[in-house]
Amino acid sequence: MTTAAATTDTTNPVVRRLQDIWRSRPSLKLRRDRFAMVCLVVISLYMLIALMVALGIIGGDFADRVGTNYQSPGGESWKLWLGTDRQGRSIIVRMLYSTKVAFNVGFVSALIGSVVGSLLGAIAGYFGKTTDTVVVWLYSTIQSIPNLLLLIALSYAVSRWLDRGLIVVYVAFGATFWVGPCRVVRGEVLKLRESDYVQAARAMGYSHARILLLHVLPNTLHLVLVYFALLFVAAIKSEVILSYLGLGVQGEPSWGVMINQSRAELINGYYWQIGAATVAMLGLVLCFNVFADALQDALDPKSL
Amino acid sequence: MWAFILRRLLGGIPIILGVTLITFLLLNVVGGDPALQMAGKNATEEDLAALRAEYGLDKPLVSQYVDYLKQTVTFDFGKSYKTKEPVVDILKQRVGPSISLTLPALIATTLLAIAIGLIAAAFRQRALDRGLMALAVTGMSISFLVYIVVGQYLLAFQLRAFQIHGYASGWGERWQYLSLPIIVLIVVGLGYDTRFYRSVLVEEIGRDHVTTAVAKGAGPTRVLTRHVLRNALIPIVTRVMISLPFLVTGSLLLESFFGIPGLGAQLLEAIESADFPVIRALTLLISVLFVLTTILNDVLYAVVDPRVRLE
Repeated sequence: MTTAAATTDTTNPVVRRLQDIWRSRPSLKLRRDRFAMVCLVVISLYMLIALMVALGIIGGDFADRVGTNYQSPGGESWKLWLGTDRQGRSIIVRMLYSTKVAFNVGFVSALIGSVVGSLLGAIAGYFGKTTDTVVVWLYSTIQSIPNLLLLIALSYAVSRWLDRGLIVVYVAFGATFWVGPCRVVRGEVLKLRESDYVQAARAMGYSHARILLLHVLPNTLHLVLVYFALLFVAAIKSEVILSYLGLGVQGEPSWGVMINQSRAELINGYYWQIGAATVAMLGLVLCFNVFADALQDALDPKSL
Repeated sequence: MWAFILRRLLGGIPIILGVTLITFLLLNVVGGDPALQMAGKNATEEDLAALRAEYGLDKPLVSQYVDYLKQTVTFDFGKSYKTKEPVVDILKQRVGPSISLTLPALIATTLLAIAIGLIAAAFRQRALDRGLMALAVTGMSISFLVYIVVGQYLLAFQLRAFQIHGYASGWGERWQYLSLPIIVLIVVGLGYDTRFYRSVLVEEIGRDHVTTAVAKGAGPTRVLTRHVLRNALIPIVTRVMISLPFLVTGSLLLESFFGIPGLGAQLLEAIESADFPVIRALTLLISVLFVLTTILNDVLYAVVDPRVRLE
């Protein structure tokens, strides 16, 4: 990798580091995986839609009436392509808007889960002793409570203090999602702690915080990255279940809200709302799943 | 071995204590005042005070927690805030429907997933394997709720093969109600399990002893069942064991959607109506079962695989 960096003419360390990553073996392997690349493109498209919603270019009119109630798909305006819901609101606009909500929920929850989890895991593995015992106790405890039960109980408890809506979802997901990354990072740090380079850093008199943040944690990033993708998917899927229980997203549409709303519609033959939400969600979750798999394969040192 | 079991059992105590602490914090500290829920909208301040006194909710938090711990140790969970029935009776009544939903689903999912995983592993990296795995990932990417809604629509409403909603006392009729949720549960779990078992089996196929068996001239069926499947038993047993404690609670979603009076539906009702004794008892029950199964799991390891030593 050093030779690759030496041949470039840039001296900016950040650019050089990025070039190193781009030319590293996992990156090459990932880029050669055509299926994963297609998925990455699809994820980027979803992200683009989410960004456009966030900027107010599309989707701001999700609550507007555009036609009659339960109008079937097809029509002159693009807003009628996927029909309307029980209040005559455009399904396609609601579906697009939900993309932003999905990215909100997925990104924030996965970020909280992987940051909190990997920090706790790294601290536990690095310092060992009592710290380790406490962290292991904490995640063993949370693990022995069924995830969904904890999630629901948390949402109920938190929703008494905060307004219902996204914050409650973040808190509930954040509090349960950190366990996975924490376990994995702790295991890895237990190994790294004894490695020569960490010993060397210690001998140089670096502080624990510096060793942890600059030398240990970056070497667990490959594990955290894969977990991030998995948690993203888990968040989007769990949001549907919270919405079913009335604890999910409030005041704006989400795929969960849409699926939940169409529970009783299917019997009357109104398939378009559940269809649109399911297909939109399937596309994103499927691509994330495939991409996470490819990422895991690419980063697995055994398969190099 | 007995020393190992004893040590692990002792190690489970802090975890169980942790579970009681988390449930207590969530319910009594963060969750608010159940007296408000119990008394209804028109309650006076005296009504509320009386209710709080009746259930010991007016005591300091620490002594409330001590009461709760006493209950935990004696397995006496008191009475439900909502129905006033003893919690133990509620659990006994409701556990049957849950298990009759989850146990058949677990057995069927596991057998199906192992069978499909074996086929995929036998044809690894070929079209059949890729197709099956693509199907599995797609299955995993569809929402649980969609399976429920569409399953109910297609199988119960369109084909009229099963009852749409409810439960019956006789076993013959009961299957009319249980079959559909069981099928949904199988379909939901199949993707995850198939992928897991495939990767386990593929890893086993790559081992030297399998190469030896093939070289000796053992047929493909014999190699796959005798040599591969048997040696892959540990991860299979572990995966099944780990899901056992959760059989008891059934499925929150399926039970509430299809009107099956199991513990999952009960749990949801309890959370919605702030029925603390029921929530506590159930959470505790599951976590105790969970700790016990992990210990049993480690012991089984040693039984199934003689290379594993319990220290």
